[in-house]
Amino acid sequence: MATYIARRLIAMPLLLLGVITLAFLLSHFTNADPLTSIVGERQMHNETVVAAAKARWGLDQPLPKQYVIYVKNLLSGDFGTSFRTKQPVAQDLLKRLPATLELVIAAMLVGSITGITLGVVAANFRDRAADHFARLFALLGASIPVFWSGLILLYIFSVSLGWLPGPGRLDPRSEAPPFITGMNTIDALIAGDFAKFGDALAHLALPALALGWTVTGIVSRMVRGSMLDVLGQEYILAARAKGAGRLRVLLNHALRNAILPTLTILGFSFAYLITGAILTETIFSWPGIGSYAVEAARGLDQPAIIGVTIVGGAAFLLTNLVTDLAYLAVDPRVKLGSRKAA
Amino acid sequence: MSTPPLLTVEGLNVAFESRGHFFLPAVRSVDFTIGDGEIMGLVGESGSGKSATMMAVMGLLPPRARVTGSVKFRGEELIGRGERFLRRFRGARIGMIFQDPMTTLNPLLSVGAQIAEAVRIHDRSVSARAGMERAVELLELVAMPSPRQRASQYPHEFSGGMRQRAVIAMAMANDPQLLIADEPTTALDVTIQAQIMELLQRLCSERKMGLVLVTHDLGVVASVANKVAVMYAGRLVECGEVTDTFQAPLHPYTRALLDSLPKLEERVARLNAIPGAPPSLAGLPSGCAFHPRCRIATDRCTLEDPVLRRIRERDVACHRADENVPMTLAVPEDVP
Amino acid sequence: MSISSHSLPTMRLPQWATAPVMLGGFIVIAWAVIALTIHWWAPYDPTMLAGRRFSPPDATNWLGTDALGRDVFSRTLYGVRQSLPIALVVIVCSVTIGTTLGAIAGYVGGVFDEIIMRFVDVTLSFPPILLAMAVTASLGPGLENAAIAMVVVWWPIYARLMRAQVLAVREREHVEAAVASGAGPVRILLKHILPLCWSPIIVNATMDFGQIVLLTASLSFIGLGAVPPTPEWGQMISEGALQFYRWWIAAGPGMAILSIVLGFNFLGDGLRDILDPRSQ
Repeated sequence: MATYIARRLIAMPLLLLGVITLAFLLSHFTNADPLTSIVGERQMHNETVVAAAKARWGLDQPLPKQYVIYVKNLLSGDFGTSFRTKQPVAQDLLKRLPATLELVIAAMLVGSITGITLGVVAANFRDRAADHFARLFALLGASIPVFWSGLILLYIFSVSLGWLPGPGRLDPRSEAPPFITGMNTIDALIAGDFAKFGDALAHLALPALALGWTVTGIVSRMVRGSMLDVLGQEYILAARAKGAGRLRVLLNHALRNAILPTLTILGFSFAYLITGAILTETIFSWPGIGSYAVEAARGLDQPAIIGVTIVGGAAFLLTNLVTDLAYLAVDPRVKLGSRKAA
Repeated sequence: MSTPPLLTVEGLNVAFESRGHFFLPAVRSVDFTIGDGEIMGLVGESGSGKSATMMAVMGLLPPRARVTGSVKFRGEELIGRGERFLRRFRGARIGMIFQDPMTTLNPLLSVGAQIAEAVRIHDRSVSARAGMERAVELLELVAMPSPRQRASQYPHEFSGGMRQRAVIAMAMANDPQLLIADEPTTALDVTIQAQIMELLQRLCSERKMGLVLVTHDLGVVASVANKVAVMYAGRLVECGEVTDTFQAPLHPYTRALLDSLPKLEERVARLNAIPGAPPSLAGLPSGCAFHPRCRIATDRCTLEDPVLRRIRERDVACHRADENVPMTLAVPEDVP
Repeated sequence: MSISSHSLPTMRLPQWATAPVMLGGFIVIAWAVIALTIHWWAPYDPTMLAGRRFSPPDATNWLGTDALGRDVFSRTLYGVRQSLPIALVVIVCSVTIGTTLGAIAGYVGGVFDEIIMRFVDVTLSFPPILLAMAVTASLGPGLENAAIAMVVVWWPIYARLMRAQVLAVREREHVEAAVASGAGPVRILLKHILPLCWSPIIVNATMDFGQIVLLTASLSFIGLGAVPPTPEWGQMISEGALQFYRWWIAAGPGMAILSIVLGFNFLGDGLRDILDPRSQ
């Protein structure tokens, strides 16, 4: 097993390099003139700017050399300059990262809690009405386009009922709380500003619900399967023979044993969430990396697109690696098999 | 007014509903009684219905099982009662242990926690710490070495025999009056088997606790039980005091079971296995279920299912039980 | 004595023909029929004016009209003529490319395996939509480019799947027997190994139809896919998002996407039950 971990860890930087290479190729082989995308149409006649760009990115050099320069620049944190914002892409991304993190974490919480609950309910009432309902609800979450469910939620809860605010992270008139993590909810709590916390939370609610619903399906399906496996085990019968009631059996025995395999699916669902975040942020005007990616794509902002792609790929790789390793760490066969009987 | 008997089973029927609305009869009209401190061996081959009988007593059969008849614990009827009611008995007045202690115990909880749970389910006021204390006491009761240390360990850290001791401790947590042991030693080494049986015997005699020992091992029954009940194809075919029954069985199936045991004193060319195989529940023979394999079957046996009747302190379900028919070869003097 | 309650053989549906599967199949077939026949019976032309702008659903326009006065109902139905064919093309291409490369990787092994799997790994390192966005942005807007992007993103899944299947089947006895009898590798691959590999591929492909429809709609929603005035669902929803007080503009395409994805999901589940009953 140690070899497996070693292999994965070694593979990581190589895969990352592959990610960067693919991104580089995309930007160079498909775009007519890389110079235009870096410098921008209006600046093309400006000699100094053009020369500087050529020098910095090695545009006169043969392709392999350009590639090396590109990678070197990347490693020093230079992702190029967005020509919509005129700022370094790296800076743009860092600025928008906390918003996405806040959304994804909240969605993960929503998705897992609903998913686990639905999975337990479905397993308990197997093949009865509650099971079918739970599975249908989860399936809907996986089938409905998140940009539409977001719209529906907005329409119902914001426009019709007025319970929750519209798009955006905060009330337009107020300022963000003092910056610590960049996540408004947490920062507001830290600053002790409960009114602002409430506002931030209210704005977070709908996008988190819409996004979380997309992963409820895979979580609940996994939990249901895992629970059904566990419920067939003899220690469940033994617990009942002790006089344990249904709830105790479900939670203390069944769920406790069923939850471990579910952890892998949580990591896996992160992938879905990154995907969905891109679309959710657009609907809710959430200023995160996802909406940045969309704006970049719409505006054909090459450096930004490539920058986001690389970052997205790296994040994806990292999450998958962490999930796989974490699963190994909590795998009961590994955990329990280590110490032998006296 | 005398106390009602510990356990009275009358006319117990268990049928399993399977696809297509068939009912598979697993237990057919079983009657027996257990008194305080009495150890009864419930023997039979796999599929004879012995486990299903005791699961019916506990109310732990799956939902597709249809149970009719009467099971009275100290005069209180258990059949047809709700979960809430039955839970008061389970783990408190009636304890149950199963065959494989590794699967009986939750691998992710410490042994002490699981024993303590048995206590705390029935007495909410017991704190976690008090529960663990009680668990340690119970581990001492079952002669577990270093009980305090063991209580915080996990099932995989125990050997098979010690696991079963822990399971017994768990079942004894609330001082039950009746213990049901479903094949408690089948998954254990032979040497450990003896230790576990001795433990159970001791617990029964110290506390006047009744024990139903469900097993296919006649040897264990002979050495420990007071009474033996033999089941075949869901029916109780013979029931009586253990030494008498084994020395002079009245039912041909009991006789055949005993004959099929290898004996220490003789060397034989072949073992006397009973020819044929037990019938499947879906295709029970007409009349007496044993007649296709019975050496002394008559025409009446193929038509009429015999009822359990009392003959000289023995309950037998055979038409020819009182005829003193020589059923085999020599009568063994000692059951190994 | 056992009680039996039927003495006559009764007509029974096969076990897999459950309600969801039938429903799923019905939905998919219905949409396919619409795709093929809509131009004969659509109430209005999807690109032409059909009433006042922004009128809510009524008897003449069942789902109302949009910002340019076009009939939403007709546009919704016409949308399937974009989504289904694209999905079909993408799936067929991805499956073809993916399974071919995966089979080669699995059977031949060695350097081929390493190279192909590196490509697979790198491509699968990206969140699919992000990669699709990057490729489409490079190629330019338009559904054809979006389709190419999606094939680029999707083929590795099938490569990996096929490779795993081939690796598993390769070790079976009848393959060894074929090798021993002197059959050449191509023959072994085609006749002995591949026929056993198809069921997970088919199940996956069916479910993927829904995913590709979603992905197409997502790309169009962002603006990298269908170009107006083509009636594509994602594109229609993005128009509807700008006007979400007029809920009907997005409702039509939204329901359409939901129904077709659900249909494929049900169908895929059912197929899985037929082809591989173990995985319940």
